[in-house]
Amino acid sequence: MRIPLSWLAEYVDLAPGTTPEQVHEALVKVGFEEEDLHDFALSGPIVVGEVLSFDEEPQSNGKTIRWCQVRVAADGQTAADGGDAVHGIVCGAGNFFVGDKVVVTLPGSVLPGPFPIAARKTYGHVSDGMMASAKELGLGEGHDGIVRLAEMGLDPDVGSDALELLGLNDAAVEINVTPDRGYAFSIRGVAREYAHSTGAAFRDPAVHLPATGAAPVATTFGTEFPVAVVDDAPIRGRVGASVFVTRIVRGVDATKPTPPWMVARLKLAGVRSISLIVDITNYVMFELGQPLHGYDLDTLTGGIVVRRATAGEKITTLDNQVRTLSAEDLLITDGSGPIGLAGVMGGATTEITDATRNVLIEAANFDPVSIARSARRHKLPSEASRRFERGVDPAVAAVAAGRVAQLLVDLAGGTIDDAGSVLNTAPSASAIELPAGFVSGLIGYEYTDEEISSSLTEIGATLVASASDSVSVSASGSGQSLSVTPPSWRPDLTDKWTLAEEVARIVGYDLIPAVLPVAPPGRGYTVAQQVRRRVSETLAATGHTEILSYPFLDEGTNNTFGDAVAVSIPQVTLVNPLDSEQGNMRTSLLPGLLATAARNRSRGLTSVSLFETGLVFLPAAGVTYGHGLLAGAVRPTPEQEAALHAAIPPQPRFVSGVLIGDALERQPGQKPVAFDWQDALATVQQIALAAGVALVVRQGAHKAFHPGRTAEILVAGVNGVATDEVVGFAGELLPSLTEEFHLPRVAAAFEINLDSIIAHAGVPQRAHDIQTMPAATQDLSLVVVSSIPATDVLAVVIEGAGALLEDARLVDVYEGAGVVEGSRSLTFALRFRATDRTLTAAEATASKDAGVALAASRFGATIRE
Amino acid sequence: MSAPTEITESAVNAAVSEALAGIAAAADSAALKAVRTAHLGETSPLSQLNALMRSVAPEAKAEAGKLMGQAKGQVAAAFASREEEILVVEQHAQLAVESVDVTAAASRWSAGARHPLMLLQESICDAFVGMGWEISEGPELESEWFNFDALNFDEDHPARAMQDTFFVEPADAHLVLRTHTSPVQVRTMLEREVPIYILAPGRVYRTDELDATHTPVFTQFEGLAIDKGLTMAHLRGTLEHAARLMFGEGAKIRLRPNYFPFTEPSAELDVWHPTFVGGARWIEWGGCGMINPNVLRSAGIDPEVYSGFAFGMGVERTLMFRNEVGDMHDMVEGDVRFSQQFGMVV
Repeated sequence: MRIPLSWLAEYVDLAPGTTPEQVHEALVKVGFEEEDLHDFALSGPIVVGEVLSFDEEPQSNGKTIRWCQVRVAADGQTAADGGDAVHGIVCGAGNFFVGDKVVVTLPGSVLPGPFPIAARKTYGHVSDGMMASAKELGLGEGHDGIVRLAEMGLDPDVGSDALELLGLNDAAVEINVTPDRGYAFSIRGVAREYAHSTGAAFRDPAVHLPATGAAPVATTFGTEFPVAVVDDAPIRGRVGASVFVTRIVRGVDATKPTPPWMVARLKLAGVRSISLIVDITNYVMFELGQPLHGYDLDTLTGGIVVRRATAGEKITTLDNQVRTLSAEDLLITDGSGPIGLAGVMGGATTEITDATRNVLIEAANFDPVSIARSARRHKLPSEASRRFERGVDPAVAAVAAGRVAQLLVDLAGGTIDDAGSVLNTAPSASAIELPAGFVSGLIGYEYTDEEISSSLTEIGATLVASASDSVSVSASGSGQSLSVTPPSWRPDLTDKWTLAEEVARIVGYDLIPAVLPVAPPGRGYTVAQQVRRRVSETLAATGHTEILSYPFLDEGTNNTFGDAVAVSIPQVTLVNPLDSEQGNMRTSLLPGLLATAARNRSRGLTSVSLFETGLVFLPAAGVTYGHGLLAGAVRPTPEQEAALHAAIPPQPRFVSGVLIGDALERQPGQKPVAFDWQDALATVQQIALAAGVALVVRQGAHKAFHPGRTAEILVAGVNGVATDEVVGFAGELLPSLTEEFHLPRVAAAFEINLDSIIAHAGVPQRAHDIQTMPAATQDLSLVVVSSIPATDVLAVVIEGAGALLEDARLVDVYEGAGVVEGSRSLTFALRFRATDRTLTAAEATASKDAGVALAASRFGATIRE
Repeated sequence: MSAPTEITESAVNAAVSEALAGIAAAADSAALKAVRTAHLGETSPLSQLNALMRSVAPEAKAEAGKLMGQAKGQVAAAFASREEEILVVEQHAQLAVESVDVTAAASRWSAGARHPLMLLQESICDAFVGMGWEISEGPELESEWFNFDALNFDEDHPARAMQDTFFVEPADAHLVLRTHTSPVQVRTMLEREVPIYILAPGRVYRTDELDATHTPVFTQFEGLAIDKGLTMAHLRGTLEHAARLMFGEGAKIRLRPNYFPFTEPSAELDVWHPTFVGGARWIEWGGCGMINPNVLRSAGIDPEVYSGFAFGMGVERTLMFRNEVGDMHDMVEGDVRFSQQFGMVV
């Protein structure tokens, strides 16, 4: 909402010299955020001039210029720029005559741009200023000549200040009006709020209309203009129109110019001048917040009926669009059919034109929901629909219609007809009980009875001491219980909480003290929260950099990465994605990581190891998600609650990483070490360590991964044996895929369902006693068929060697000379220890041999000599 | 020098002098080893003199023995002393040879980093957990009931349309990407018994195009407290405490009237700190208010018995003015240089 300051000052005292910044500051205090400042960006000297004479001079470029003598000050006086009273000015326009009063921008003035005016040589003359067009002054779009003040009905003194004359020295503050405060979409409402903030005197324009000299507007009518509201299908039980006021003004001259002060105020308020009658209805709408519509009375057929459209019914709106209607649309109709889409846009057949002589003014109050739905359905948000959606004061319709009628008399030469109508079925606001002590108890500040009643009175509410007061006992001492009836323009005041806000707001939020509440003892972070943080910190500490990518992907990419096997998987699709190429929610974190890796590489950062933790969206096949609309303010039944929980697809949290380039870059005494599948697996083990969950690695397959370099990751069950639960994959990605992301062929990657790991975390670790008898160490090299996984061989050795074997790990893998083709030699370092004695070499060897024997029987392993 | 024939004081002194001179002249452990052979070995003058003890007359043995003992002791002591000196020098020399340029060390690990948004979020959580609050979380793809209806956003209220919501197909499933973390409030209220003191951090979505100050995917943290007798003064006290923990002791807060469907009264929260970019000034930090009674009713909590407050702030915005991040693009693009300038601490 934009508020021209001169307009505001009509209804609330603005101290002389009040700046727009000060107005902003005052309005912020009562809850209107500052958005912007608007002015005409003009500075003087810009004065009224009179064309004394001109010579037309054809130019070689085909144009004809006029060399004009223009009086810009009274004879014998100095002009506003310090120059002579008559200035020579070159003008390219041809729409003026000798004797015309015009707007002269003298040297030293500045036009929007900024475009400074100076005396300059042009077309063989020194042009000592400029005669301005409406567009150059920021008043209009038309550029078909300079401003002729007579056309605006003006005949000011030569040399007078044109900025003041045309209202161009005004400025507007723009504020953000929150959706509960529809009344503040008017000068009236903002003036009231300014008064609340500053204590300045407020004059309600709905009560004290500016004196215009016209006859007072009638409130009763000699002839009733027939209006009926027939709403067969109220939306959510609310009738489409609760107020419908009509007035008739006859004999207007629709071609009369809109006075410049009105043009300037409308311009600052954000709308351009269209024609006098439309401008007047807009002006009164901004002033009082009541949307208005004018009909050419002579095009109407009979009276008006407000009704719902029938589905498929059509109307041609003012913008000449044929619109097909829904059964929920509210229509203004006459004997000819639809003549307006109520509260949204008028119809073309009854439009005001230059030929209009008689005007029917409509000031109605339409149901906010009905208007909001129609405006959205037809994509026609307007100044009118915005106000109706937020609630218009039902008591202001008649005043607004009268104000329009009065302005049509004053400015368009019409006379008020005694025909009209006032239909008002709007319920009056009901009283709200405000118990003593409630406001202080909610806000935490002791308000006096006087502060409470004066602030509620100030916002326009009517107060009555409650009958129940004698029995009520305030928790915070003595106090007056009140029965509060909100003013007609505050439909947002519905309960004692909303009244408490008004008291706190008017008295001032700054008075509320700060008291730190003491929460009951908390349980700290959950196991899941602890594990997630530890995993992320461990990954960062081991050389990986955390990123946060957008979760928007295309369907094909989701299919590729989202499942190990399935070619096509269920996905979550957005109705209104920002980028139609990325309209689905991710099923994997890897594509985002790959795109981010590519972006880093494009910036010269060739080695990157990235990780991300975040949600992926994995609807189950064959399940329909969602639920019907369900009202708030009531706790759902257990069945409804269960349905709400079942309405959303699973969204597990994954931790994934992509490792590309060098793990260790080239440095002194060190050749670069490239990332490969082993780094992905090592990182997974870091995650296991951080989570406190043992993970097992097994040869695996995933269609986004390299078929020969992929591990599936499983949670280890009791005794370290893998359970059947695959929690993720690690290895190298399919080279053809990495190339699609403009990445090198080798990209190590892992993707782990962190939630699945966390499900196994948080179990207290049981300690073993640390044995201190001397250890015996031996190496063991076994030759086995190459296809047998090393971990399987190791597991068998451990199983066979028994309790004396304390630790065993793979230290070498060898294929080549001395080992039979198709087999390989696996070397394990073994450490033996007894709990009660120093082991002899023979005992250790016997234990090792038992392991060898089992490996031999299970896998055909032989000792490599 | 011919072999001595008799233990005389002059002969012993001469041998001692010669030995001491040799020891003193030894420059390194190799030379000292040669000196040991020459002056303490079996063929050394002192050993040769010592061998004559057998032929000393018994009455003179004591004196000769004393003479020899002192001589040997003097030489041995000098040797040990010189040996120690040389050892120290040679050890120093060895260490000197082994010295390196520590500034040219090779790295054993690459540098990693957390994302500062996550670090800041965790640090905010720490502050509230320290006050006894707990951390609640919920899904990002949410039902409209949790995101809107339960939070007093009526189906037709303009505030609902103003949320710039991402909707999910099919539209009549009434699923959205949550526009705030407030649905977690309702989930928590349904799950837990009052009193409730929780902080809900997480990702939220609005249909804003990415630019220097906007991003369609951003991070909020939202607080919720429900108890008997909670007031707006408790809200202010909590926010003031949080502001001081996040920005430093000098932080101040200010509340301005505003509107949110889920709070009544509602306020906009500004924070002031002397170290903000651009100098000490007020910066808009978030929204807050006393929980709207309809929200409590949505969870079956009686607003006549319980009251509560809620507040919500953007982590991105906090990072921008707390840590001088100038452009939203840096937070979302994943350029490793951005996270790495923070490392593990924000």
